[in-house]
Amino acid sequence: MLTKRIIACLDVHDGRVVKGVQFVNLRDAGDPAELAKAHSKAGADEIVLLDISAAHQQRATLLGTVRRAARELFIPFTVGGGIRTLEDAAAVFSAGADKVSINSAALADPTVIARIAERFGSQAVVVAIDAKWREDAGRWEAFTHGGRTTSGRDAVAWAREAELCGAGEILLTSMDCDGTGAGFDCELTRAVADSVRIPVIASGGAGGAEHFVQVFREGHADAALAASIFHYGLSAVGELKQRLGAEGIAVRWPC
Amino acid sequence: MIAIVDYGAGNLVSVKKAFDWLGQECAITSDVAEVERAAKVVLPGVGHFASTTALGRSGLQHTIASSIGRGVPFLGICVGMQWMFEHSQESPETVGLGLLRGECERFPESVKSPHVGWNQLEIDAASRLFRGLASGSFVYFTHSFRVPITETTSACCEYGGRFSAAVERDQAFGVQFHPEKSGEIGLKVLENFCAL
Repeated sequence: MLTKRIIACLDVHDGRVVKGVQFVNLRDAGDPAELAKAHSKAGADEIVLLDISAAHQQRATLLGTVRRAARELFIPFTVGGGIRTLEDAAAVFSAGADKVSINSAALADPTVIARIAERFGSQAVVVAIDAKWREDAGRWEAFTHGGRTTSGRDAVAWAREAELCGAGEILLTSMDCDGTGAGFDCELTRAVADSVRIPVIASGGAGGAEHFVQVFREGHADAALAASIFHYGLSAVGELKQRLGAEGIAVRWPC
Repeated sequence: MIAIVDYGAGNLVSVKKAFDWLGQECAITSDVAEVERAAKVVLPGVGHFASTTALGRSGLQHTIASSIGRGVPFLGICVGMQWMFEHSQESPETVGLGLLRGECERFPESVKSPHVGWNQLEIDAASRLFRGLASGSFVYFTHSFRVPITETTSACCEYGGRFSAAVERDQAFGVQFHPEKSGEIGLKVLENFCAL
């Protein structure tokens, strides 16, 4: 049976993991390569590395980080942050990434999705959507540039367009829930998941196992991503998967 | 030396990395002579079935067919496995290697497509590629077309009906999933291939 995926996210700035790092038994708790390996061992189904510095002068640092993290990682590995062109994507792939995540650049020019998909396959292209509810407009809008600017685009319509352009998956972050620990945005996730045929990864708001249960059951998510909650201990992903299994949700466990 | 055949489709770094990890001498190559000399041949594949037409144009198809004929162990991954068959509904005008009989088909409308994520294998105990692995093992898939169950199926998977997760005949093997992305289980599959 196809399982629901649990994805661990590493937010990286200048070659270091920056968010909520409280891992134990690691020589260097802020090292992306060590953390990626630790998450994989603990049972994560996939690793996403987001470069939140994403400044062009730091590309060389990022590529070095990706190369080191990829070397001992044998589960799917996605890299995002500042990928604007086919050339940017190609560099990240040759450093060892399996998928790239693109956000602002895809909104600015959706043809970049098709260009990367034609060369590397749709399975290698994840379109990340940062969505925020606009009460006045009565819809979720897709934001760009780390959530600072609205694109004015309806998030659900944009997800559908991204699929048509050749995206292989949607990484959907609720800006309203992100960082709250109060649960995923199930309504947003369901609205997008029910509108596309490609997998939807829910992100933003994970605080406990019950939130994952909700977003799989009510949000129709195919996968769920979290950063900070997995940093509290090496066994966190495994514990989460056991809870999900007990709730009747199919997960890869034991790995 | 293991030749990882490059025919311009997708990213082969992950496959090479996995063989490197296993301590195997391997090279990503599109050179006919190098593939001809290789002790083992791996054909990865992501993307579209039509991309395999490059193998015919470059002469690699002929080289691979003759290697398989000489009993050189061969492993097709994902589209590389689909190419071992005759046709795919993904690109009806493209002719596969035709080593195995059958046609790749779409998933039924009842399930989301592509099939992306970790799913379980039902393994034929006689399989050499899965030696030491148990049914129920999880591996990582990402594909929109699939090979039906045939007499060469060595592992099945269930998603909108059962399909071939792996095939084997003599020294030719194919896996629909990505062993290079399937954790310890995947590495064991590659190790078994290396040990042939």
